[in-house]
Amino acid sequence: MGARVVVEREIAIPNKEGLHFRPIMQFVDIAQRFHAGVTVHCEDRRADGRSPMEMLMLVATHGTKVRVVAEGADAQECVAALAGLVESGFGEL
Amino acid sequence: MITKKGINASPGVAIGPAFVLDTEEYRIPQRTIDPAQIPAQVRNLDAALAASRQEVAELRAAAARKLGDETAVIFAFHEQFIADPKLRTSVVDAIEQQRHTAAYAFAQIMNQRQRLFRNVPDPYLKERVRDLFDIERRVLRHILGRAREDVARLTDPVIIVAEDITPSQAISLDRRHVLGFAINVGGQTSHMAIIARMLGIPAVVALGDVTADILGGETLIIDGSNGIVIADPDAESLARYQAQQHEYERLTTRLRALRDQPAITRDGVPAQLLANIEVPEEARIAFEFGAEGIGLYRTELLFLSSPRPPTEEQQYEAFRAVMRAAGDHPVIIRTLDLGADKLAPTMGGQHDHNPALGLRSLRYCLLHLDMFKVHLRAILRASVEGDMRIMFPMIATLMELRQAKTTLADVKEDLEEEGIPFRRDVPVGIMIETPAAAMLASIFTREAGFLSIGTNDLTQYTLAVDRANERVAHLYSAHNPAVIRLIHQVIRAARRRDVPVTLCGEMAGTPIYCQLLLGLGLQRLSMAPANIPLIKGVIRSTTMEHCQAIARKVMQFDGDRQVLNYLRDEFRGLDPEDET
Repeated sequence: MGARVVVEREIAIPNKEGLHFRPIMQFVDIAQRFHAGVTVHCEDRRADGRSPMEMLMLVATHGTKVRVVAEGADAQECVAALAGLVESGFGEL
Repeated sequence: MITKKGINASPGVAIGPAFVLDTEEYRIPQRTIDPAQIPAQVRNLDAALAASRQEVAELRAAAARKLGDETAVIFAFHEQFIADPKLRTSVVDAIEQQRHTAAYAFAQIMNQRQRLFRNVPDPYLKERVRDLFDIERRVLRHILGRAREDVARLTDPVIIVAEDITPSQAISLDRRHVLGFAINVGGQTSHMAIIARMLGIPAVVALGDVTADILGGETLIIDGSNGIVIADPDAESLARYQAQQHEYERLTTRLRALRDQPAITRDGVPAQLLANIEVPEEARIAFEFGAEGIGLYRTELLFLSSPRPPTEEQQYEAFRAVMRAAGDHPVIIRTLDLGADKLAPTMGGQHDHNPALGLRSLRYCLLHLDMFKVHLRAILRASVEGDMRIMFPMIATLMELRQAKTTLADVKEDLEEEGIPFRRDVPVGIMIETPAAAMLASIFTREAGFLSIGTNDLTQYTLAVDRANERVAHLYSAHNPAVIRLIHQVIRAARRRDVPVTLCGEMAGTPIYCQLLLGLGLQRLSMAPANIPLIKGVIRSTTMEHCQAIARKVMQFDGDRQVLNYLRDEFRGLDPEDET
C-alpha cells in the first residue's frame, strides 16, 4: 500500500443554496473516484464524503466553512479535486 | 416555545402530545424483538430499501421525461439516500444492538435526521426536511407492508397535527384518543371543523404549515376558542392554559345543567332545539345535551367510511339505532348527500371540474337509482321505529323533488309487495340550500311536507364562495344581507302555508345569530349537540319582542360587517339568567 497521506483544506460554501442535493451528489461522485477516504467537517458535525445521507446532515449553508480531510495515497489529488468543485460553487455561481 | 395563529374552528383548550399525521401516518409501536428475529428484521429492511429504491428510480425517470432535470435531481438524491450504505448500517445497528423492529429502528433514525433540520435558519435547506419525510414514508410503507398501524388505531390521547383531515378520516379516528386538532388548511365551516365541533374536540385550522413546524411527541396547546396553537410551551403558558381548560370545563358543566330546562324566551315563546348528527352513537349524546329531536341525521358517513357501499342491512341497522335512541322524538333523516367535498371511495375517479356545482347529492342519487333505492328501502324499513321524516338535500328544481318522490313511491310499492312493514305516512321534506329553492320556497311548500334551511351551502351558493378555500373564506358569511333575505323569504313562505321550517346550518348553533333567527320567525333550530346548551341559554335570556326588533333592524342593513357588529353588540348585551 502507498504511504498514508493526510491532506486537509478548509473551504467556505460559496453557492447561495448551500450544500443541497445536486452539489452533494457531485461531491460524492468525485469522492468515490479516489482511493482516499474523505471526511467532511462542518462545525461539530462530520460526514463521510461518500455518504450522501451524512453529507446532507452537515446542513452546510451558504458561507459556512467546511473542512475536507482526505486520507490515503491519492489524498492530495482527491482534496484538490473536491476543493475545486466546492470553490467553483458546484457550477451554480 | 412556538406560537402559531390560525382560525378558531372548535372551541375549548386541549393540552397533549403532538401526533403529526403527515410524518407519522404510519404509527410505529416500540417493540423489542427476540434475538432470533434479528435476521428476519434485517431481511425486511433490505427488501424495503430495495423496493423503495426501485420506486424512486421509476419516479426519477418519469420526472426527467415530464418535468425536466430539476425535478429529476430530487429523486436522484432520494435514490442515493436510500441506497447509502451508511443509512443501512445505522438501522441494522439499531436492530441488532437495541433489538428494535426494522420499522421502529428506521423511523427513529429518520426522526433524528429530521430534528437536525428543524433549527436550520436557511429556508432552502430547511425545506429539505420534507424530502426526509418523503423518504421515511416511502421506506416505512415497504417495511410495514399491509400491517401498518394507522390513525384509526391510536392507543394514547394525542393532538392530531395534519395538512387536512378528510371527513372519512375524521370519523375513523378514535375520539377517545383525540384531544385536539391543529390543521394546515381549512376554515370555520370546512367539514373537518364541523366534525370537530360536533365531537366537542378543540381545533385550530388554517395554520399554514403547522405540520412542518411541529415535531411528533412535542407538547402542544390547542386554544380552539382563539385559534392559537403553542408548541413546546413554557411553564407560564402551560399553567395559564391549564387554568383555562378547567374554566371551560366548568362552563360546560354549568350549561349542561340547562339540559332539563325548556328552550323558552323570557316572554314565554318556546323554541325547539334539535341536533345534527352523523353517527348513531351521537343520538344518545344529543339527548344528553337536551336535544328535543334529531333535526338532521347525515347518512353519508356510512358511505364514506367503507370502501364498498354499505348493504341495505348495514344501513338499516344504523338507521334503526338512531330511531331507537330517539324514542318518541322526531328524527329528520337526510338522504345521501355525497359529492363535492364528501366523496365516497365507491364514487370512483369521476372528478368534476367544479364539484360544488357538479354531480353531487340528490343529483348523484337520481343518476344511480339502484343504490338510491337500497338506501330508501333501509330508511323506510327503519321508519316503523318512531317519528321519522325523510328529507331530500340539494334541491334546485321542482322536477328533482318530483323525481325523488317518485323513486320513494316505487320503493314503497316494492316493500308493500314483499310484505315488509314501513310507515306509509312518513313526511317528506326538502333542504333549502340553493338560492333557486329559497326563491321558489312558496312553490316548494305545495309539494314538500317541511323545509329545512341549510345555511352552509345556501351561503356558499348565494355568495359564490367556497367555504373551504382559505383565500376567499373571509368573503363567506351567513350574515350577509343577501343570505338573510333568502332565509327570511323561506320562513315567510313556510309560515304562510303552515309548513314546518327548520334551520340546520352552522348558523343555528352560533350564539350571535340566535336572536336574529328567532326574530325572523324560526322556531326550530338544529345544531351540533354540544351547542344546544349555549343556544338554550341565549333563548332563555332574551324576549321574542326584542328578537323581532333585532330582525327588523338587521333587514335594513346593507353590508355584512354592519350586521355582524350589530349582532355581536346585541349578543353581548344579553344577561344570561343564571350567570353567577
